[in-house]
Amino acid sequence: MQAAIKACFSGLLEGTAEAARAPLGHAPADACLGGGLRLASLHEVFSEGGSEAAASGFALALALRALDRRKWLMWVRQDFSALENGEIHGSGLLELGIDPGGVLMVRAPDALAVLRAGAEGLACKGVGAVIIEAWGKSRVFDLAASRRLTLAAQRYGVTVIALRFGAEPEPSAAETRWLVKAAPSHTEDWGAPIFDAALTRNRHGGCGHWVMEWDCNNGTFSETHSGALAAAPFDRPAATAVEGLRQAG
Amino acid sequence: MDAKAARRGLHPGKALADARAMIPDLAVIRANAAADAKLLEAIADWCERYTPLVALDSPDGLFLDITGAAHLFGGEEAMAKEIHHAISAQGFAVCLALAGTAEAARALARYAPGAIVAQSGEAEAVAHLPTEALNADPYIIHALRRAGLRTIAQVAARKRHELAARFGGDFITLLDCTLGRGGKPIAPRTPLPDLMAERRFAEPVVMEDVIAETILSLGKSLASVLENRGEGARVLEAAFFRADGEMRRIAIQTARPTRDAAIIARLFREKLDALPDPLDPGFGFDLIRLSANLAQGLQAETAGLDTNVFDAEVELLVDRLAARFGAHRVMRFQPQDTHIPEAASVAVPAQHYESSKSPWRKQRSASEAPRRPLRLFANPEPVEMLAQMPDGPPLRFRWRRALHHVVCAEGPERIAMEWWRRQEPTRDYFRVEDERGRRFWLYRDGIPREMAHPRWYVHGLFA
Repeated sequence: MQAAIKACFSGLLEGTAEAARAPLGHAPADACLGGGLRLASLHEVFSEGGSEAAASGFALALALRALDRRKWLMWVRQDFSALENGEIHGSGLLELGIDPGGVLMVRAPDALAVLRAGAEGLACKGVGAVIIEAWGKSRVFDLAASRRLTLAAQRYGVTVIALRFGAEPEPSAAETRWLVKAAPSHTEDWGAPIFDAALTRNRHGGCGHWVMEWDCNNGTFSETHSGALAAAPFDRPAATAVEGLRQAG
Repeated sequence: MDAKAARRGLHPGKALADARAMIPDLAVIRANAAADAKLLEAIADWCERYTPLVALDSPDGLFLDITGAAHLFGGEEAMAKEIHHAISAQGFAVCLALAGTAEAARALARYAPGAIVAQSGEAEAVAHLPTEALNADPYIIHALRRAGLRTIAQVAARKRHELAARFGGDFITLLDCTLGRGGKPIAPRTPLPDLMAERRFAEPVVMEDVIAETILSLGKSLASVLENRGEGARVLEAAFFRADGEMRRIAIQTARPTRDAAIIARLFREKLDALPDPLDPGFGFDLIRLSANLAQGLQAETAGLDTNVFDAEVELLVDRLAARFGAHRVMRFQPQDTHIPEAASVAVPAQHYESSKSPWRKQRSASEAPRRPLRLFANPEPVEMLAQMPDGPPLRFRWRRALHHVVCAEGPERIAMEWWRRQEPTRDYFRVEDERGRRFWLYRDGIPREMAHPRWYVHGLFA
């Protein structure tokens, strides 16, 4: 609650005071973000074709870092996305380190409904973070919509993660934008959620590209043991990342 | 049969050929029982503006129980007049009577329309009616006529035990009811709401904000009654009566009993906003009624220390979202006491969520990676297995036209189906990772011992 109030005030006094941030636990990323994920703002997560599940996990992980655990996580997803990528599974949420009893799932028929439900959830005092998951290019996710979400996020002190599949980044008012794909596990002890995450936009700092591992037990990101992957280029255009094959599906 | 046809000598039961012979230019329309029934239902809907207790007397009658409602319309006579006038104005021929029992009113409406029977005057009023006016089987009426009993008074004069011996006890009950002794309640089409409040408009309303304001004030009057009774409503229904005879019901549900007028009004606003076919006021609504169903005990709660505040807020959010998108679109996860993966956690409508006894159980140990996928397909998707270890994990497979080389695999996790429910093959689950790090949850539907060529499916995707 305190964090939320603080976030709310800092949002109002942007420029004069430092905004509240939640450290991700991954030192280089935190350094790049100026201490952590900025609370009470909008963050976008785009997925590379074929890595939708990884992007979902990454969005969930960001939301969990930002979430005051006494509050609820609201996940709004579009029907088509569930058809394409599968429904969110309660046991799977539990395995990643969140109590499914504190998650509210909203099944929205289309992108507009996703935005509407998300905006409704933002205004609720019991909701600490909102994930809005939409499939495909949609005109409703324009600059104005992202501005409205940002303003609402600031006003109510709720962090919003926009999870976008099958879409390309467009100009938006989001605080950060991530392009996520699955990263191969290290061979011994494989299977933990590992993300190849590129921070392609950051309003209050630089960009970067890291391999980040989610620690399901402690609910935090960590650096992987194999640092070699982290040297991949981060300035490549997003368009080449999406495979034609998956888009057609 | 209307009066005009009767004047020309037609009557129900006449052969069509005879009728055509009598009136050469007769227009014939095939009877449509279903359409008639629908029309009767619509009229019954419309009649709910007078009383919520309306019952059908198919194929062509309606019962209105106006107990305690007549004074709202200026007395019985004025009410009968108004109903008669209002239904006639819509182009129907109306026969209407008012009596202390449904059976007496039915007999009078059909054989002496316009009658309004004073307190306990039923026996006198129906005395001169023919025996057909009794709502009895045709063979009983026939037998009565053969016995020379032509009016109800003559039947009533016979000894009870004679009639009972000849026609059975039901007939005696029917006769008593028609004579105004005793009487059964009618079977209304919709259950009587626990509470209702309504507002009539001299001038039909069309404006959205007037409608919203009306719902708010009706909600307030319901709320005060609910508060006195220590109750809250879980289902609320608004009925909009259009001036031209249409009627529309719109219901909302809440997760918890509520009696907060502002919340009720807001839920209705959400619902009205999101209707697929918007509320059409036409020439305006002249009556709006709000009724509360499923009223349940609601104790004034003391505010909890911290967490309750958030949960209560989320419950309100759930109601708002359910009003807008439908209850089936706002879900919570419920753990189930089963080992079948897709059933171990089910999504249930949040409004109907009940905390279950079975706790959430992690599948992995602290040092392990997740053993259940974040995303699970409602229908497992078949994969084409290109290479595999005998009785072991797959090496190469094709899913959605893309080829995946398995780099790491773990399994099998053998999950037998619940044999006491239905016969299904045992599944062997494998967690596999392909060359690009994408993690799948595959299973083989059936173990080689059970079947020759088991199929493979992808059931979920790991983060």
